[in-house]
Amino acid sequence: MKTIYILWQRQLKRYLRSKSRIVGSLGQPILFLLALGYGFGPVYSQAGGGNYIHFLAPGIVAMSILFTAIFSGIEVIWDKQFGFLKETLVAPVSRINIMIGRTLGGATVSVVQGLIVLILSMLFGFRPNSWGTLLALVIMFLIALLYTALGTAIASILEDMQGFQLIMNFLVMPSFFLSGALFPLRGLPKALTVVTRINPLTYGVDALRGSLTGIYQLSLSLDLIVLTSVSVIVLGVGSYLFTKIKA
Amino acid sequence: MIKVENLTKTFDERRAVDNISFEVGRGEIFAFLGPNGAGKTTTIKMLTTLLEPTSGKLELNGFDPIKDPGEVRKSFGIVFQDASLDTELTAYENMEIHAVLYGLSKDLYQKRIDELLFLVELADRRNDLVKDFSGGMKRRLEIARSLLHHPKVLFLDEPTLGLDPQTRNLLWNYIKDLNTKEGITVFLTTHYMEEADKMANRIAIIDHGKIVGSGTSAELKESTQTTSLEEAFLKLTGHSVREEGGENQMRQAARLWGGGNRR
Repeated sequence: MKTIYILWQRQLKRYLRSKSRIVGSLGQPILFLLALGYGFGPVYSQAGGGNYIHFLAPGIVAMSILFTAIFSGIEVIWDKQFGFLKETLVAPVSRINIMIGRTLGGATVSVVQGLIVLILSMLFGFRPNSWGTLLALVIMFLIALLYTALGTAIASILEDMQGFQLIMNFLVMPSFFLSGALFPLRGLPKALTVVTRINPLTYGVDALRGSLTGIYQLSLSLDLIVLTSVSVIVLGVGSYLFTKIKA
Repeated sequence: MIKVENLTKTFDERRAVDNISFEVGRGEIFAFLGPNGAGKTTTIKMLTTLLEPTSGKLELNGFDPIKDPGEVRKSFGIVFQDASLDTELTAYENMEIHAVLYGLSKDLYQKRIDELLFLVELADRRNDLVKDFSGGMKRRLEIARSLLHHPKVLFLDEPTLGLDPQTRNLLWNYIKDLNTKEGITVFLTTHYMEEADKMANRIAIIDHGKIVGSGTSAELKESTQTTSLEEAFLKLTGHSVREEGGENQMRQAARLWGGGNRR
């Protein structure tokens, strides 16, 4: 337990100390809210969609959680290269506990980042249901957990940061753009519908939007089932790969 | 304290460690020398549970690193060839994580951390981030950290690499002191022959995965009919320069990155 706690705390300390990282990673959500939110807003409402910021904001919150979580997981590569990982691997603690501590830490950091973006989006005119925020927190944490574990799993296999662009362009970006974070899921071309349904983030975005605004495109129970089961699977695979890391 | 019997490790086709045997007694300072890629670090990795041997028997503090990794891990402290500190944390926080990982209780480790930081003359830098430390300070911190859980054996894998003579001298004095006062067994590797000569009770020289000579410094000089350990080393291992493997290149890359300033 103490191992998990101290490694969780480590992730948090590292996050809180990297002010430039916190501020820097807010640039993208702000840009999206500004450019897309206000840019597509008029078209969206003319098409009968209502307030686009209302639709978009939960998607942007999910985006910042996705990015932060994947990065937190991938930090394992830095720990590999800068040696801190070895320090934990020769310690008399199980690797599973190391993995759990890191992942919970990374997930917590991502939720904090998501909350900051949520508050920011309110400055842009987003008005969430106050009661839904509690449920939203749970969903944010599930999304964070899923993608931190995924990042850790990937980092456990990779040797260095060479594959990083690959992950960004073929995993992180598609996950975000094809999740229904930016556009409604109804009436899409068939192929796109299939892709969005395969993408776990779709369910995260839907649940988050539903809890914050009351509008679900799928259903909360389906979202929760998919999110939870995928998280469990990825955590399992991630833990396995993490225990197999060669020092 | 350490027993190695017919230890072999093969990577694909290459025999990194080839059927070596040696023993290190309690309280001894043992120097394990060899050119780059000779198998030093591989041997240390096997002794410290980071790598499984292909064949052979190992024992550390009476425990088998494969069957009983938990007990073995509690028994040793290690200073790796490359830094293994979290540079975004303070000296104290790095020590604290180590203490928690090794299951020390809070009132116990708080005192011990301050004692050790004082010992390595970092007490006044206790709450500074490690990324602002010099190479020598980082090394001192790592040595302090490796001693936190009262290990029986201390592994030092080229602990003085890249340090100035003043810092090197200081470090070896600490280590010698620890060895005499606390009776810690020391297993070290270094490329500085005069350090091994000065520090070690016994020396083993490994080359191409095989032990090519062992004994006290005097015995090695005598058997090779040389006057210095450096000459004895060169006579036993030859003069040709070794190719550095991929691992070394990564190490150099990590150093180029500054070993601290992430991103």
